[in-house]
Amino acid sequence: MPVHTDVLVIGGGSTGCGLARDLARRGVDVVLLERGHLTQGTTGRMHGLLHSGARYADTDPESARACIAENRILKRIAAHCIEPTGGLFVSLPDDDPSYVEEKRDACAACGIPTTVLTGAEARERAPYLTPAAEAAIAVPDAAIDPFRLCVANALDAIDHGARIEPHTEVVSIRREGGAVTGVAARQARGPGDRGRAPTYSQGPVRGDLVQYRADIVVNATGAWAGQLAAMAGLELNVRPSKGAMTVMNVRQVDTVVNRCRPKGDADIIVPHETTAILGTTDEEVMDPDAFDEQPAAVDRLIDELAALVPILAQARSIRSFWGVRPLYEPPARRTTDPTDISRAAHLIDHGHRDGLDGFLSIVGGKFTTYRQMAEETADLVCEQLSVDATCDTAEAALPGSEDPERLDDGMDRFGLRSPVARRSQQRLGDRTQAVLDGKAVNPAVCTCEGVTRAEVRDAIASCGADLNAVRIRTRATMGTCQGAFCAFAVGNDLHPAHDETTATAALDELLDERWKGERHALWGQHLAQAMLGYAIRGATYDWYGDDEPDWTAFAGGATDGD
Amino acid sequence: MAIEDDVLVIGGGLAGMTAALAAAAAGSSVRVVSKAESSLGHASGLLDVLGRIDGELVSDPYRAIARVDTDHPYAMLGTDRVRQAMDWFDGILGDAYTGDSHTNALVPTIAGTVTPTARYPRTMAAGLASDDRSTLLVDIDRMPAVDAPLAAARLEAAGVPFSVRGASITMPGLATDITRSHFARLVDRNETIADEPIRDQLAAAIASVHDGEARIGFPAVLGLEQPAVVIDYLSAALDADVFELPTDPPSVPGERLTRLLEAALDDAGVRMTAGVPIVDVNAADGRVRDVRGTHANTSVPYRADQYILATGGLVGGGVVADRSTVHEPLFGCHVSQPADRADWYADTPAGPHAFPRFGVHTDHEMRPLEADGMPTFVNLRAAGAVIGGADFPAQHAGSGISIATGWHAGRRAAEAIDR
Ligand SMILES: Cc1cc2nc3c(=O)[nH]c(=O)nc-3n(C[C@H](O)[C@H](O)[C@H](O)COP(=O)(O)OP(=O)(O)OC[C@H]3O[C@@H](n4cnc5c(N)ncnc54)[C@H](O)[C@@H]3O)c2cc1C
Ligand SMILES: Cc1cc2nc3c(=O)[nH]c(=O)nc-3n(C[C@H](O)[C@H](O)[C@H](O)COP(=O)(O)OP(=O)(O)OC[C@H]3O[C@@H](n4cnc5c(N)ncnc54)[C@H](O)[C@@H]3O)c2cc1C
Repeated sequence: MPVHTDVLVIGGGSTGCGLARDLARRGVDVVLLERGHLTQGTTGRMHGLLHSGARYADTDPESARACIAENRILKRIAAHCIEPTGGLFVSLPDDDPSYVEEKRDACAACGIPTTVLTGAEARERAPYLTPAAEAAIAVPDAAIDPFRLCVANALDAIDHGARIEPHTEVVSIRREGGAVTGVAARQARGPGDRGRAPTYSQGPVRGDLVQYRADIVVNATGAWAGQLAAMAGLELNVRPSKGAMTVMNVRQVDTVVNRCRPKGDADIIVPHETTAILGTTDEEVMDPDAFDEQPAAVDRLIDELAALVPILAQARSIRSFWGVRPLYEPPARRTTDPTDISRAAHLIDHGHRDGLDGFLSIVGGKFTTYRQMAEETADLVCEQLSVDATCDTAEAALPGSEDPERLDDGMDRFGLRSPVARRSQQRLGDRTQAVLDGKAVNPAVCTCEGVTRAEVRDAIASCGADLNAVRIRTRATMGTCQGAFCAFAVGNDLHPAHDETTATAALDELLDERWKGERHALWGQHLAQAMLGYAIRGATYDWYGDDEPDWTAFAGGATDGD
Repeated sequence: MAIEDDVLVIGGGLAGMTAALAAAAAGSSVRVVSKAESSLGHASGLLDVLGRIDGELVSDPYRAIARVDTDHPYAMLGTDRVRQAMDWFDGILGDAYTGDSHTNALVPTIAGTVTPTARYPRTMAAGLASDDRSTLLVDIDRMPAVDAPLAAARLEAAGVPFSVRGASITMPGLATDITRSHFARLVDRNETIADEPIRDQLAAAIASVHDGEARIGFPAVLGLEQPAVVIDYLSAALDADVFELPTDPPSVPGERLTRLLEAALDDAGVRMTAGVPIVDVNAADGRVRDVRGTHANTSVPYRADQYILATGGLVGGGVVADRSTVHEPLFGCHVSQPADRADWYADTPAGPHAFPRFGVHTDHEMRPLEADGMPTFVNLRAAGAVIGGADFPAQHAGSGISIATGWHAGRRAAEAIDR
């Protein structure tokens, strides 16, 4: 039996989650399909910068204006996902000094407020900044947690009647006459009964084929949008471009630090919770699922950014990861350097462009502008469905951001160690009380990030046996130890809600995923840490052995029991 | 004036302590200088000799030594020396450990796996997986690393030859985030918590979930000082054989072993200096003349006739890597390595990785060798994880390598002393 809905949204990144929220709030019946867990794509592998727009002010003023507008909106509706760190564009002796003024004027033209600082004033805001810094421009950049933001959007969508279906991979698009009328998707057995069903990180989803019917299908698959369009027999010129980022174990800066020069790689540091993330690079790739992750890119990030913040040269990187930008180039342009492709968003009505009705693609853009992209798309959807409803996503706060005082009370009430309590509150927003208000013992499961058992169990209750999704919600295993000490403890909380087979498979998935990023940071202290984790799993647990031994051949020193 | 000894051991882990005991037993005056806690506090407390080779589980560790790679420390020593070292070490361990010299045992762990080992603390003896008696595993709800029902289900899935069940207990008087060592100290002192001595409270809580199983496994937290007494007490109270399950760090059995060896060093007259990193080496004519440690911002010279490098591997700090090279930081001994960092690791966490094998290579005298095959210094020997060529976690050979190389290096250093 096919599932019927008004609108199918394909892709569970910021764009798709934002669109599902917007449509649901306008009363449209919507189902979102995502092949992995939410944020599995680029949204979960980006820098986490809430752009002020300053970065694009001189080269792409349209994107810059969109960024500053959305920056202001998100600080209102999603305060619990944002740390208002501010940002600096720092000019070094090698940089063209006149560019500082150019940047300032360009920002002013886009309505981005700035303050020009001397090198000394900049160092007051970022003490580890190089003494060589000559000048800086302060801008309203901020750090934003993409995981929490997407989850908050998805929760609000669900509250307004949407269905969010992760672990569901669209494999074909149904065309009837001159229109798209639905899709077929493979769905891993649902959370709670996933058994060894893989998440996308282990290859294509296997599982039941489910048919979906809808009046409109929206392709919000980012870097994969070209592949989706091809399923409908269309060509869409998405040019995925990879970027590397590396995570440091402490936050060397409390404000975003950008290099103040026209364009370039490896020029930005964003503080996030207990870490700082260095980025990034820009290089076109053929396949967003299969590209090289080269250690040299990580070395370059550290070397180049140490010019801005010298202690980075000695600091400890705990993992590195790559994301793929969903850059889109309208036909006829043939840009060779991916950094020159515009960051603007493109909404494509395939009825208009290709004569195929009921099919829209929304590609390009930034994470920062996801809400605006969703609004524009939802406007078009509503127009086509003749739904008369206005968008209120710029005013309505996201779940978890209301009533901050209640969060402060939680600290005393639950008698948690204060950093743990504070972080629990930040993560849980206005759900803190409901989650932590139990009689059960609530030890910290992940001590690097101060994540308690109640939070892990709460995340499991909604994500199912998917520890990567639990990690994303809670930050468990994302600190300095990268799960060496806590992955097993986090995995323990799956049981008995999930059986042993499921719990063990989910733990292995988490260990695999952690290793993917960690292996690119294997030097210095982090190599020691990785060896420690490897020794625990190997020497102490023999975790990787899967033999069926002749038990009696291993009775060394056994005394007769009775 | 430098502090003078016959033998100076740098690094106080399992290898350094073993080397010091062996040199002292051969009549030398010995000092151990160590920077920080050793990795024994992380280690399970099990003493492996060789549990797997090429991924295959081996029953007789000594027979399997013939199959190690030619650059493995066991290949350098030969099977007989490894066995002699272990036999000698058994004498130091006394009653605290047990095992059979020719047969490995499979010991259940808190993760619900079984791990192959050659020697195990006596507190774990009743738990062997070869034993077919019914088993109950128990955890305390405030220690999140252990989930006994899940561990029991994993053991069952692995096909162990005994019936096994897990249960969780709660002990209201304990702090929410109690550490293992704190719990162990409460048990040592049998402190009263929630109006009852902790051992009684523990026995009562376990009794409430016990259903006649012949043996009962508990995470290894049953005291730092006299775990045997605690186990006997609980076994009598519960009418079952109580045993411990090895844990991840912090490891109480690892801490017990450290204390046991420190006591043996004390008895042997070895001087221990802790908290002092050796940072500088003065050498001439191919010999180490003296070394310098730092303590409270002052530089302390140490001089000896013979030196033993037992600074550990990547975990201990005896082998370090920057982004492009791996090196031995103190004496600058040669460390062979893949040129490209991308070849240091495999793409999946299970390996096989190159990095666990990083370390120095030695001659039969245990002297580190330069790339040209010549000893770095004639009076410098290496012991333990600073020696490369072994993947100790995959091979289940960590402690055996430290004990055998430590024993040999310590004896050879004592023999080489110029009187
Ligand atoms: C290195 C890097 C750093 C960045 N830093 C920033 C930054 O700091 N600030 C900022 O604003 N922007 C940043 N961006 C840009 C931003 O990350 C992206 O523009 C944004 O996240 C795209 O979101 P999306 O939802 O469109 O795509 P995605 O997040 O990629 O979502 C698409 C989803 O579709 C799913 N999918 C694909 N195929 C199928 C299928 N067949 N069936 C079902 N689902 C499918 C994918 O799994 C994926 O989850 C950065 C990008 C990169 C690469
Ligand atoms: C997590 C883990 C689990 C393990 N599990 C097992 C197991 O189940 N079974 C098993 O048999 N083995 C196991 N082992 C291995 C074993 O316990 C030992 O770690 C191993 O034998 C190495 O011992 P070592 O003495 O060579 O090094 P370490 O124990 O690392 O000791 C090196 C010492 O040297 C000191 N040092 C370093 N540099 C200097 C300097 N410049 N100056 C002075 N001192 C210095 C360090 O502070 C440290 O105290 C495990 C190890 C780990 C890390």
